[in-house]
Amino acid sequence: MSVEAGRTPGQTHRTSYDAETHARLTADSDAIVARYPQARSALLPMLHLVQSEDGYVSPRGIAFCASHLGLTTAEVSAVATFYTQYKRHPNGDYTVGVCINTLCAVMGGDAIWEELSDCLGVGHDETTDDGRITLERIECNAACDYAPVVMVNWEFFDNQTPDSAREIVDTISAGNPVVPTRGADTVVSFKEMSRVLAGFGDGRANEGVGGGVPTLRGIELARAEGWKAPPLQASGTAAPAGGEPKVGGEQSSAQRPATTSGDVSPAGEQKKQTSGEAKES
Amino acid sequence: MATTLTPVLTETWDADRSWTLATYEGAGGYEGLRKALSLAPADVVTMVKDSGLRGRGGAGFPTGMKWGFLPAPDGGPRYLVVNADESEPGTCKDIPLMMASPQHLIEGMIITSYAIGCDHAFLYVRGEVLHVYRRLLLAIEEARAAGYLGTDILGSGYDLEITLHSGAGAYICGEETALLDSLEGLRGQPRLKPPFPAVAGLYARPTVVNNVESIASVPGIVVGGSDWFKAMGTERSTGHGLFSLSGHVTRPGQYEAPLGITLRELLDMAGGIREGHELKFWTPGGSSTPIFTAAHLDVPLDYESVATAGSMLGTRALQIFDETTSVVRAVTRWTEFYKHESCGKCTPCREGTYWLTQVLQRLEAGQGTSADIDLLLDLCDNILGRAFCALGDGATSPITSAVQYFREEFEAGTRTPADVLFPPEHSSLFTYTPRQTGVLAGVHA
Repeated sequence: MSVEAGRTPGQTHRTSYDAETHARLTADSDAIVARYPQARSALLPMLHLVQSEDGYVSPRGIAFCASHLGLTTAEVSAVATFYTQYKRHPNGDYTVGVCINTLCAVMGGDAIWEELSDCLGVGHDETTDDGRITLERIECNAACDYAPVVMVNWEFFDNQTPDSAREIVDTISAGNPVVPTRGADTVVSFKEMSRVLAGFGDGRANEGVGGGVPTLRGIELARAEGWKAPPLQASGTAAPAGGEPKVGGEQSSAQRPATTSGDVSPAGEQKKQTSGEAKES
Repeated sequence: MATTLTPVLTETWDADRSWTLATYEGAGGYEGLRKALSLAPADVVTMVKDSGLRGRGGAGFPTGMKWGFLPAPDGGPRYLVVNADESEPGTCKDIPLMMASPQHLIEGMIITSYAIGCDHAFLYVRGEVLHVYRRLLLAIEEARAAGYLGTDILGSGYDLEITLHSGAGAYICGEETALLDSLEGLRGQPRLKPPFPAVAGLYARPTVVNNVESIASVPGIVVGGSDWFKAMGTERSTGHGLFSLSGHVTRPGQYEAPLGITLRELLDMAGGIREGHELKFWTPGGSSTPIFTAAHLDVPLDYESVATAGSMLGTRALQIFDETTSVVRAVTRWTEFYKHESCGKCTPCREGTYWLTQVLQRLEAGQGTSADIDLLLDLCDNILGRAFCALGDGATSPITSAVQYFREEFEAGTRTPADVLFPPEHSSLFTYTPRQTGVLAGVHA
């Protein structure tokens, strides 16, 4: 197998896959392409697939994607370099990401970052010498009610402190499995994770909880207070087996439409709203 | 009367194995699909239009109207694309919804696809939530096995496939046309509009792009009817919505309430600001919405009232900060985020967010100049309305609103570092001793 020089002195990249690996990747890629009306849509999942094989978007992986989809390697590279989850050099077995967006940072994320960067001796997007951990400063991961948040291979580690975060990386460094607060029973490796993101399930969806404490706070408060949405009118067919608010329940509020203090629409029409219309419609 | 919570989407979240189809069906799930399939597609569109449901992803555009923009069928494909790229700082509603109750979304997707005449729908979820991806994959498999997906759904003759698609880390892909480019295997950069996706969206075909919570709200509307939905909320901001409280609040979390509830009411439910502290500033709908202060505690959180008060309802991401927090630090960090996530396509956003960051960083370090506040506002003025998409506009919101309410803190940035005025260890949820001031260890850019 041929090799070419990498970006780091002494590092080399393989430039092709052996026949068996190539056949396996081809079969997987065919399955990905089959999900879409147009083949090029398969490129993002295929790049995850490449990472599941090589631990990063390797030169041979780029060549493979290009060849499979009838693109140039430049076209594939242009896409791969746009997205932060595609790594340009070999990733550690575990990506440890500390949320440093405003809310998590203020709640303690900056302190957690300092602790981990200090004890691992690496900075953003750098990997420990043993290849176990790549440390990242990550942006908001949609778990602000659990701040400060740390992600390990994109599983949630909620409500962290410098000490608890250090325990996570110590456990990983020692070669032991770590357990997310909301996620599978253990965190899988970077390569295994990448295969799931390529669309190949690992059978672990039923592990873990439905939601943590903050997720359930509203519904638990509503239950405690007897608050319900207005009752749904059953359509007559396929009556619900239960769980929906019952008409005529003991809580009189269940039958009363919720009203609010702002139940009058102001005359002023929003102006800035228009600027938001292009975003997340 | 005080507003109370109205659990609809959250109704099953506390059930055992809440994410499974069996749990969802046990709570009446898929009754909406059965009813929808007995109606003409146009009647389902009318029902959602009449409900007044507006986009829950931030913009608040009427959902049924968006569906109605699709041109008449021409025999070619039409697509539904669900935007599950939840990445707006502070926004944390769709991810817990998909973790706890993915079938709500899947049923909504099937009903919506039926209504708009779509045989192949796409679910674009950000790549940084592995377990949510697993749950969605399972939900689609379970729905297919139960006959809710595939060919001849429930004997109706209607066919639908759903493709789950993982993003790979790019905030901009939450912008609907950038999302479509990303889904087509390109760099996720926004498209020039018009044409809008309704006319030329995915693969240049008529396409509806909707937020997760919007689509998940559809089954309830179909079962309950538009009047049921309108019984919640205000006249023009109807229905229920997830309000996500985070930050310096005693019990942060997801509170599902009628639109029009106030922060004061929500804080009462959440135990108030953390003990011994008081509210300083907050975002009504993520970092791209101008900040509010304690003066806005009684603003009804509906689209109109929040706009009248000078901000946007956005995603109802209520990030709460108390008096220990430096506004300059908070705004600088958000601006660094926009700089990092700017796709680079247009000059005002690409260059503007870069220069905003330079100015804010020196203000945070206490090394600003007397001209810096005017410079910031001038930069914002040159981005707002001139950027290719809403990312650039959103980047200016926290800055201009923070200067409006807390100008003196920016003025102090010409003399005193933010971490001297507001020691960060006073804001954190745990006690610690900062190792250094100024530049953080290991940060290169």
